[in-house]
Order: sequence, then structure tokens, then C-alpha cells
Amino acid sequence: MTATAKPYSKSAKTHDAHHEDEHDMKQYLMYDPKPRGEMNRMVMESMTTTSWKFWVVFAILGVLVATCFVYAWGYLIAEGLGVAGVNRPSYWGIFLVNTVFWIGISHAGTFISAILRVFKAEFRRPFTRAAELMTTFGLIQAGASIFMHLGRVWLSYWLLPIPNQRMLWPNFHSPLMWDLLAITTYILSSTIYLFMPLIPDLAMARDRSTGWRKTFFKILALGFRGTEGEWRHLTTAMNIFAFAIIPVMFSVHTIVSWDFAMAMRPGWSSSVFGPYFVLGALHSGMGAVAIVLFIMRLTMKHMDYFIRKEHFDALGKLMLIVTFAYTYFFFNDYILQWYGGDKWTDALLHWLEEGPMSWMFYQLILFNLVIPAFTLWNKKIRQTPWLLALIGFIINIGMYWERYLIVPVMLTINRAPFTWKLYQPNIEIFLTIGTFATFLFFYMLASRLIPLIPVWEVEEGQMTHSLRKVGKAELPTISEFE
Amino acid sequence: MKIDLNLVGAKGAIAEAAEGKWGMTIDQDVCTGCQACVAACAMENNLSFVGEEDAGYGRTQHWIRIERFWEGEYPEIKATPNQPMLCQQCGHAPCEPVCPVFATPHSDAEQLNLQVYNRCVGTRYCANNCPYQVRSFNWRDYHIDPFHANMVDGKLVFALHNQFNPDVTVRRRGVMEKCTFCIQRIHKAQDTAKAEGRDVFDGEFTTACAQACPADAITFGRVDHHESLVSQLSHHERGVKHLEELNTLPRVTYLKGA
Repeated sequence: MTATAKPYSKSAKTHDAHHEDEHDMKQYLMYDPKPRGEMNRMVMESMTTTSWKFWVVFAILGVLVATCFVYAWGYLIAEGLGVAGVNRPSYWGIFLVNTVFWIGISHAGTFISAILRVFKAEFRRPFTRAAELMTTFGLIQAGASIFMHLGRVWLSYWLLPIPNQRMLWPNFHSPLMWDLLAITTYILSSTIYLFMPLIPDLAMARDRSTGWRKTFFKILALGFRGTEGEWRHLTTAMNIFAFAIIPVMFSVHTIVSWDFAMAMRPGWSSSVFGPYFVLGALHSGMGAVAIVLFIMRLTMKHMDYFIRKEHFDALGKLMLIVTFAYTYFFFNDYILQWYGGDKWTDALLHWLEEGPMSWMFYQLILFNLVIPAFTLWNKKIRQTPWLLALIGFIINIGMYWERYLIVPVMLTINRAPFTWKLYQPNIEIFLTIGTFATFLFFYMLASRLIPLIPVWEVEEGQMTHSLRKVGKAELPTISEFE
Repeated sequence: MKIDLNLVGAKGAIAEAAEGKWGMTIDQDVCTGCQACVAACAMENNLSFVGEEDAGYGRTQHWIRIERFWEGEYPEIKATPNQPMLCQQCGHAPCEPVCPVFATPHSDAEQLNLQVYNRCVGTRYCANNCPYQVRSFNWRDYHIDPFHANMVDGKLVFALHNQFNPDVTVRRRGVMEKCTFCIQRIHKAQDTAKAEGRDVFDGEFTTACAQACPADAITFGRVDHHESLVSQLSHHERGVKHLEELNTLPRVTYLKGA
């Protein structure tokens, strides 16, 4: 009796679910099209409608940039690194934490934009630009943090292989040299990759604006008119870049991890650091994208049309996958180091476990592994923007702690016990606030100057997606453009 | 055959022949921990006086330091011999390959780790990678810090500038530095010997720390000359090298356990 009843109830359930989906097809951006002119207008409005609250936040950030970034850095350069807390044995402090953190943030942009573009994931369409902007602005902060860290920053051009009379050449054995080359390549390629999909939107904005904005867009749009040939060249170039930037993205964070993994330090010389750092970067980057999308949707006009629950849901799933991958590498790193049984690594691990910074270690496990893994299962949570943003924020705190543990805290324990000393940040705190303020400042500025929604991509998506009536049911269809 | 230490792939090859040229032995059994070597080194090499605040924070600049350890809990402690720690002038130095600007090259002629102050941009990677933690960084411009000066007739007079050793560079802020085995003395002795048409003989000169040591715990000289005192001491059965398992090929031998 039960055996016969089961299939009946199952089919009834799927039928219900199907019915629900069918009913809610309009909740998906791709199946809820608007006329192109209307959508262009919405994007233009979201860019030009600025409330007084924006300017208040902008002014506060401006003050923070002026004091905590420009003035504090100038003071640091003028006085020397003595005003910072870095000291033997923690010769690298928060500056390098910030570098790794910002490069991590910058990863999500390329990941979302390039990988999802290559795999034709449709949910990426409305927020690729927001993620790519994070890449570029995050990398600027990462670069600035590296230069803050240098003892004689005014001589930093010596790191570049510039031919000179004295035949002095940089040392290509040094991981820092690889780092410099990788980050420079990444900044250049990610900026070009940000710019290329922006061209059609800039052209759209040029045609719909007046005054100084028109001049601004006119210069940036490079005379794009939207002819067949221009589109063909643009899409070809974007395709090449989308494929080419993926290995660059993976290599950058691997190389950043080699700064640590190549060194002869307990806790650092770990062969799993490359993928561990890449996954860590994606972990924090995805969280940051969730925060940015939440803020955009909350503050900018018309954004609730473009950024919907489905996008938070998809992002939440990605975050969940990355959480599991990160968890694997986290335990791989720590357990294998413990298993290695090196005397100094043992001392370090015990120190992490019960030393003064152990709270950070446990928070890292809680924030990065436990909270996302146990909350993101839930569809309700994934679809609630503020909750997803909160989880993203928690992940980012956890990831900051992770980098903090790896750089100054692991440096505390070395093979010379006489020198063991805990690191205390000093001016670094202000400079950290400064980099965050500068990032947000640039982002807010960009939100007024360029369309944050790649509107042509959304339009393209909506044209290829349609609902077709088959009998009484409306079924979603997708056609290929190329 | 002369082996270029900076060549990729030569690292394995130098391991056998890596006795080095200049070497040092430190007899921990006779070291009293008086810190005369620390003071002498500071005088000889124009080390900075970092002032009260930075010294309290642990930023004192010393190229040699006396490490004191003990065993056991407080009332029943057993002091272990004092351990003077200085740059080991590794033959296979971890600090060298990590510098992005070649500010820490290896000297082929003297078989020492050099530090080129003018080339250093202050990434501090070398100090991180040094397993002995003997590098010291110029966190500020200590030499021209007005707090260390007296105001005389409206002008700042730095009394300590009068005791500078003219043979040694004064380092500015943002630059890494470390023990050089008193390379200025090495060069001076070599120049004198060359002018007189002879070789430098053993014990003709020594480093500032060895010179100042009242217990004669430190011996310096050519480790590759088998008749020299330092060579014989470094092959003594009491001799140990620090962190030998890292294959850094240190040139300093510690004698202990008599």
C-alpha cells in the first residue's frame, strides 16, 4: 500500500514545485525583460541620482583618506618605519597582511567575471562589473600596502628591471621579484579586462548624457558606435582576455603565497600554501562581493531590478562550495604541518593553540569554516541579502585573522627562541583604516562615474532567454548568440 | 676550480668545499657574558644608539648579542652557558636569494655575506629568512635624531658623531645591516700585507668582538689555513654549528660541553 502511495505523493510534490517555479519565472532577471531604452535609462539614473547621504559618507571617507592614508603614509615615510610596530622577529606586519587581504579581495572579481563568463553562467550578468571594480581597486590597495611596507620606498624603482649604467639588475631568485611581476601583470590585465566590457556601456552613457559627463564618456568610450565589426572585435578580445586572465589570477595568489612558502620559517614553508591561498582569496572575495551587492541594492536607485534574490542565492552557493574547498586546505595545511613533527613547527602550533593570539585562531575556525558551512545550506538565508552580506562580512573578518596569523603571528615563533616577541601594531592601524577608506572612496566615486551594471550584458542575456508557451505551461528557453 | 656561488645549480656542488675563508670560534665554556663584545662591536661598526623608547620596544641595534637561557622553573634554575649570537656568515645563506635587489650578495673573494647598504630598499625579507635572527634594521634615522643632540649656539651638536669609525658607513633609516666580520679590518690587514709583499699571517688582526673579549672566548682567522688557531679550534671535538640541519654552512663554530 505504501509502495504504491509513495510515487503518487512524490509526483504530486514535484508537480507542486514545478508549479511554483513556473509561477515565479518572472523572479529571474533574464525572464523579466524590460525594453532596452528603459533599462538604459534606469542605469543612467542609478548613476546620476545621488542623495545627501551619499555625500556625507563620501566626505567622511575623504577625510579618512586624507588623514589615515595620505597623511599617515607621509608621516611614515618622513619618520621611517620606527613609527610602525614592526620589530624583530615580526619584520613583516599588518602591511603584508593588508597586501594579502586586498589581493584576496581582488580575486573574486576576476573569478566571478572571467570564470563564470567562460562557463556561461547566466546569473553573473548583472554583477560582473561590480566584482571587476573590486579587483582593480583592491589591487591598488594591495600595491599601496607593499610600498608602505618598504623601508626606503623612494627607491622602489630598483625592483624594476631597468637597464642601467652600473649593470645592476633585480634578483629573479627572490619571491618578492616574482610577486612584483605577477601583481603588475594582474593589475594591467584586470584593468584592461574591466575596461573592455565597459566600452559599450560608456558609449550608451555618452549618448544619454550632457555636459561634462558627455565629454568624460566620449573620451572613455573610444568612439564606440556599436557596429557589427566593433562588436565582433570587442567580443573576440573579451573572450581572449577571459581565458587568459584565469591563469594569471591563479598564479598571482600562488606567487603571493610563495613569499611565505619559499622562506625557511616554521609554519611558512608549507607546500600546500599555493592552493590554500587561492581558496582563501576566493573565500574572502566572494564574501566581499556579497557585501558590495547588498550595499548597491540598498543604496542605489533601480538596483532591486537588476540584483535579485536569485543572484544572492547563486553567490551563496558559490560561497558554500568555496567554504568546503577552503576547509579542506585549511586542515591539510595545519594537520600536515603538525604531522611533520618538526620541533619548531610544534612550538608554533602549540603557541597558536594556547598563546595570547589563540582567540584569533579559534575565531578563524569559527568565522571561516563553521559559520558559512552551517548557514549557507539554507536557501532562506542565502536569499536574504542582509544575511548573506553579514556572512560575507564574518568570512572577511575571519580571513583577515587568517592572514594576520600567517604574517606577524607566525613570525613570532622562529628558530631563535631568544628573539621571540609578540607583534604590536602601531601606525599600521591607521594605515589599515586608510586602505579600507581609500577602497570605498574609489568605489563610491566610480559608482557616480561609470555604470555599475553591465547593461549590455543584461540586455544580451534577456534577448537570448525567453519564456515559450507550450500548452498551458510557460517554459524557459535559452538560445546561443554565437 | 672556482665555483660561482651565485650560479643556479652550484649550491649542491659547494656543499663539500664549503669550509669558507674567514671563520670564528666562540668558546661558550669560557664566555662570562660580560657583553664587552657587544660594546666593542657597537663602537667599531658605528651602530646606532636607538634611545630609551625604542630600546624598551626591543629595537636595540646589535650585530652580536649574548643570549642567556636557563633550564627548569624559577628557584631551581640551571643556567646554561651564555651564547653570543652573531651573523654566521653562512656559506649557503638563506638571506641571500630572497633579496629582490641583490643587496645581500655573497662575496666570492672573502667568502662572506655582504650587505650593500646603498642598494637596500628595506623589504626585510632577509631578516625574516635568517634562522639565526641576527639582522638588525634601521627603523629610524637614529644618528641624526635631534633628541640625541645638544643645542650649542643655536646649532645641533651630535656628541656621538665624534666617536664614529671613519672606515665604516653610517646607515640611514630603512636599511638592513648585520655583522660583517669587521670587513674593514680584513681589508686593512690585506692592504698592509700586500704593501709589504707578504700574506696576512694568523693573528695579525682580529675582529672587534674578539679583541675585546676578556676571557678570550672568541677566536677569529682563516679557517681554510689548517695551521691557524681558528681552524684547529673549529675542528675540535667540542665544536658545534648552530642549526646545522638547515644546511646553511655557518662559519662560526661554538665550543661547549667541556
